[in-house]
Amino acid sequence: MSTSQPILTESSSGNNKMLIAMVSIGILCALLIVLTYEGTLPRIERLKAEALEKAIFKVIPGITKTKTFRLQKDGTFLLTTDNPKTATVVYAGYDAQNKMQGIAIEASGQGYADKIRILYGYDPGTQTIVGFYVLESKETPGLGDKIEKDPDFLVNFEALDVSLKTNENMVRHKIVTVKSGSKHNPWELDGITGATISSRAIGDILAGSTSEMVPLIFNNRETFKIIGKEDVNE
Amino acid sequence: MSNQLNKSSEGLFGFLGENPNTDEFIKGIWKDNPVFVQVLGMCPVLAVSNTAENALAMGLATAFVLMMSNILVSSLRHFIPKQVRIASYILIIATFVTITDYAIQAISVELHKSLGAFISLIVVNCLILSRAEAFASKNNIGRSALDAMGMGLGFVFALLCLGAVREILGNGSIFGMAIFPDRFQEWIVMILPAGGFFTLALWLFLFNWVKQKKAKL
Repeated sequence: MSTSQPILTESSSGNNKMLIAMVSIGILCALLIVLTYEGTLPRIERLKAEALEKAIFKVIPGITKTKTFRLQKDGTFLLTTDNPKTATVVYAGYDAQNKMQGIAIEASGQGYADKIRILYGYDPGTQTIVGFYVLESKETPGLGDKIEKDPDFLVNFEALDVSLKTNENMVRHKIVTVKSGSKHNPWELDGITGATISSRAIGDILAGSTSEMVPLIFNNRETFKIIGKEDVNE
Repeated sequence: MSNQLNKSSEGLFGFLGENPNTDEFIKGIWKDNPVFVQVLGMCPVLAVSNTAENALAMGLATAFVLMMSNILVSSLRHFIPKQVRIASYILIIATFVTITDYAIQAISVELHKSLGAFISLIVVNCLILSRAEAFASKNNIGRSALDAMGMGLGFVFALLCLGAVREILGNGSIFGMAIFPDRFQEWIVMILPAGGFFTLALWLFLFNWVKQKKAKL
């Protein structure tokens, strides 16, 4: 350490060593990650698709098969087989006689802890929401996560009114969450005591999504019905 | 802290001289248990031990990362310059955490959903970095693997202890199977973060009490 010369050479060779070590470890790690990613990707995508499929069957009662429709820019829907990540898609469910039973729609919004992602079933025939399922939520266990399993709350989604105003592209009554036990109208959601914010969040997510999607789907409801037998996958 | 740990394991060696390998393995489970004795990695211990299943999955994921990173750190110990060792260890640990993340997603989407952000947080679990720094960087691959296996199992054991108590009292079930009649009123607090602290305190008390009793004998 007495002269500067040896320190310089030592540190530059040390620098090279450090650089080589870091870069080679970096390359090794990157290689390992890419290999795992490539190896697990097909299975992960299949599992995610299966989970979504299961959820669709839950939110539209009595169906045996589903079809994916993509929302186009002009507000109409088109049958699609690929699964584009950027486009808005809805899922139509059919019973054994190929009769359309309802449409499953994905929606999301801010909950108490984090974003909540839900899937709900809409029946254009009765103009009601017929099913509801939480795809993703980080709500407080024991309190906020009651939105997923509280039977008194889930009863709300057996026939929740989202009918349109006559000759207008608007939902007649926006869905609103009311205090637990004070539901009087078919468009009201009975909230959960102890999970006020979470149950209100569900009401807001549904109100936002239905006011946008329900008029579009209702006006295009014939699109979903005209599926011939040959078009529907068993 | 790391020096102290290393010394204690070396001191143990002198005492038990004959079977160093068994000792390397056993110390993580009992004598130097990462949770009950070293009190390392408390964030996942408190956060993900709300059910026995989550605790087991989190414990196994951590044990896997610990095992793989210990082996790799040990095999590269002569190659990594001292100045960049911590950065290198973090890089290696982060790699195996990412691999674990993909693996868990491929095993079950539901499980991945319930473990949430805590898988990524294994990177900053000080248990793993401390074993890399205090043990794997100074010992051969075989002993590092044994050390990781012992510490990993000790971590799984500790998480299961917490998870089982919290799930039984907080949800009336164990591994998802109900064990109490319907009348049982769940102690919601046990599933919430506060319950984690209570349970940890009880286990620490019990563990130290048993240890002290043993030492007196």
